[in-house]
Amino acid sequence: MAQKSLIDRLAILADAAKYDASCASSGTAKKNSLGGKGIGSTEGMGICHAYAPDGRCISLLKVLLTNHCIFDCHYCINRKSSNVERARFTPQEIADLTLSFYRRNYIEGLFLSSGIVKSSNHTMEQLVECARILRQEYDFRGYIHLKTIPEADPELVHQAGLHADRVSINVELPTDSGLTRLAPDKDARQIEGAMGGMKMAIRQAKDETKRFRHAPRFAPAGQSTQMIVGADAASDADIVGKASRLYDTFRLRRVYYSAFSPIPDASAVLPLKRPPLIREHRLYQSDWLMRFYGYAPGEVMQATEADGNLPLDIDPKLAWALKFRERFPVDVNRATREELLRVPGLGVKAVGQIIASRRHRTLRLDDVARLTVSITKVRPFICALDWRPVMLTDRADLRALLAPKREQLELFAA
Amino acid sequence: MTAMQHVKLGAYYVVHLIEPDDFDFWRERARALVRCDVPPDRIAWVEPGGSGDLFAHGERRMPIPDDDAPPVRASKRFVKLAKNAILHSDPERFALLYRLLWRLQANPRAMEDKADPDVRRIEELDKNVRRDSHKMHAFVRFRLVENEEDDEEHYVAWFEPEHHILRANAGFFVRRLANMKWSILTPQGSLHWDGEALAEGPPAQRGDAPSGDPTEDLWRKYYASIFNPARLKVGAMLKEMPRKYWKNMPEAALIPELVAGAQNRESQMVAAGALEFEQRPDTLAAIDTAIHACRKCPIGALENEAVMGEGSRDASLMIVGEQPGDQEDRAGRPFVGPAGQLLDVHLEQAGIDRRRAYVTNTVKHFKYVQRGKRRLHQNPGAKEIDTCRWWIEAERAIVKPKLVLAMGASAARGMLGKTVSISRARGEPILLEDGSELWITAHPSYLLRLEGTAREEQARLFDADLVAVAERLAELEA
Repeated sequence: MAQKSLIDRLAILADAAKYDASCASSGTAKKNSLGGKGIGSTEGMGICHAYAPDGRCISLLKVLLTNHCIFDCHYCINRKSSNVERARFTPQEIADLTLSFYRRNYIEGLFLSSGIVKSSNHTMEQLVECARILRQEYDFRGYIHLKTIPEADPELVHQAGLHADRVSINVELPTDSGLTRLAPDKDARQIEGAMGGMKMAIRQAKDETKRFRHAPRFAPAGQSTQMIVGADAASDADIVGKASRLYDTFRLRRVYYSAFSPIPDASAVLPLKRPPLIREHRLYQSDWLMRFYGYAPGEVMQATEADGNLPLDIDPKLAWALKFRERFPVDVNRATREELLRVPGLGVKAVGQIIASRRHRTLRLDDVARLTVSITKVRPFICALDWRPVMLTDRADLRALLAPKREQLELFAA
Repeated sequence: MTAMQHVKLGAYYVVHLIEPDDFDFWRERARALVRCDVPPDRIAWVEPGGSGDLFAHGERRMPIPDDDAPPVRASKRFVKLAKNAILHSDPERFALLYRLLWRLQANPRAMEDKADPDVRRIEELDKNVRRDSHKMHAFVRFRLVENEEDDEEHYVAWFEPEHHILRANAGFFVRRLANMKWSILTPQGSLHWDGEALAEGPPAQRGDAPSGDPTEDLWRKYYASIFNPARLKVGAMLKEMPRKYWKNMPEAALIPELVAGAQNRESQMVAAGALEFEQRPDTLAAIDTAIHACRKCPIGALENEAVMGEGSRDASLMIVGEQPGDQEDRAGRPFVGPAGQLLDVHLEQAGIDRRRAYVTNTVKHFKYVQRGKRRLHQNPGAKEIDTCRWWIEAERAIVKPKLVLAMGASAARGMLGKTVSISRARGEPILLEDGSELWITAHPSYLLRLEGTAREEQARLFDADLVAVAERLAELEA
């Protein structure tokens, strides 16, 4: 069979990679190409070079090495029994493509993943080879994210960490039973074992860089993972619990959620209706609450409704506040940072500004309004010098008052 | 440089800036003015190209501070914000910065009051400039120019920043593309890097930059392919990539057609898979009706009738075969042909009452090839089995058996979603996620195809499996 052209293969293998949510290029060690032979820099902040109409950032060249796969995971468009058109790149082709995009400032670097072809080890070798060409032959100093294969030889996985800024291993599904059912060739213990090994390697390398200036870098942007939401019966409470356990156990930088989206040629075991996209959004918000707002996983779960899912019409922070009304209103002129962070509508930055400003003046409602996006949302939950929400906090229809209007929701749900 | 003189009481000063983004120049002037105690409302700051006529009567000579005037103080935060805010295109920025600097002399902590309008404004300017810089890092697009003389590659970009950020961001591109020859052209000026040194050039026009690059075809293809039409969020895209940037981004031309095509593509995708599966039926009768209409795989399109499972709705044992055969298809009932008759014999030997079990098939339609008048049985493919799992799972959800006996590789795949070896999987229960047990054995039609000792051996194994199932069932029912 004649080889497909490069552009046709790019179409197939980018299409196949689009179900991976992550495209982050942030949080890695600073480097640049001054004094080197090649090009590339990472300066801490990630850069989104374009946005697709799905609202997602395009920061990296995100492709699969190949979409041939010997596994048969039902939610995956590339599973063995799927009729999708197949293609493959050589590591050299991907390295060249990465550089030609990078020179034109289209991307921050490469996010490379692959279907399992021949064996896990063979596939992992090819992934590592591509990163090696970029780093060693082209002296490329941009961002590289390698998806690692939990079934591969640990030595190969280690090689990946030496070249890549970030490595990731997908847990795929929030529950073990979901994994058994939908990804019959994968094994939860093996996945977590590989994540544990990665954690140790990252920690060890960090230790060594502290002691020896020239110790090799190992995945300076850490490791992340991804879970598919809505393909199995797991509730938001299950998902939040799983995510927080993963953060704790494996020191993950990020847990990505990907709303299961109907894929062409889907297996009949899957629901055909996709979960509302807003569900994914609510999960990210709850993730934020745990990472930046000091909510314990148990507290996020308190915000869920009877079915264990977060409400879709209001954000989890507001849902929590409505359940614990006795904790409000809080006085913006006296409350601690922790208390202020619980106020719906106040972000981390606004809280910092309130605390800095109140050293200079006693805040009125207008002052708070200047520091926040929407005072309407904040007002029922705070006291200021000239404001007390006596009536509001006790109103039974507070939720209806504060829930965003329907039309606004549609924008997300569309 | 303007000559200086001692400060005149009540004088009105006009400061002409030479560059719109020169912080050091502004700082030097501002320091002198603060030390001379010139209040903010006595100074006019005029940008290059800005009109100074309004202030024709103003004093253009800078005042000279007294030697004993106190030094000018400014918080680190102010200096940091001011360096960035001065790049903003707002003509009022110099006056704002001076006003803040002036206030900082009386109140060194003035910058901490985030609710103060001046503090808010400088933060806003800083934020706008940071955003513009960030978008420049993101949205500059270089195009390759091949120089025929020295055979060297040169990359040229055309960009239109909103604020005076070009010079301030040169370092970013130098550090990033150190070993590449590039130029960035803008309406305010241009930058040229030859791999060793940076040079500044005059303002440029769009026509000075190349109009295309063959690699853009690849990039556009990538952009269109990485986009997931199942999740259209145009608002989120516009927020981060406003239309004003589109004209200089090769991929942006695709956006309208991608958006228009998205809803179409998604509904096609779902329609291709959906048919009547939107809601899983919750009664056996509804499943029966639905499977007759099922054309989700090619088997359904053959000339055949769907065959529904039969037996008690409350059975503890579910027996699952592969698919209906010729006779089952004609009779509309499972396991009535030769394999079914053989099964009955073995079940009876093991002491299992078929009438108390729920008997069904993994695949609901008969798959065959026509040979003359005969319809020859064909094994269903993995994909067909997976497609049909929808129905067998619906049956299981209603009947809720304690034990499922899957006969043959197809039935095993229908239960597990993956292909297992019968010889390895038989004889041991596998716990299913709903808590029931799966036992795997051979399909009776396999015995029919064997002869002699091989058949005896397999029949013995089959019986042993059935006996084990009968014993386990008795335990589960107890």
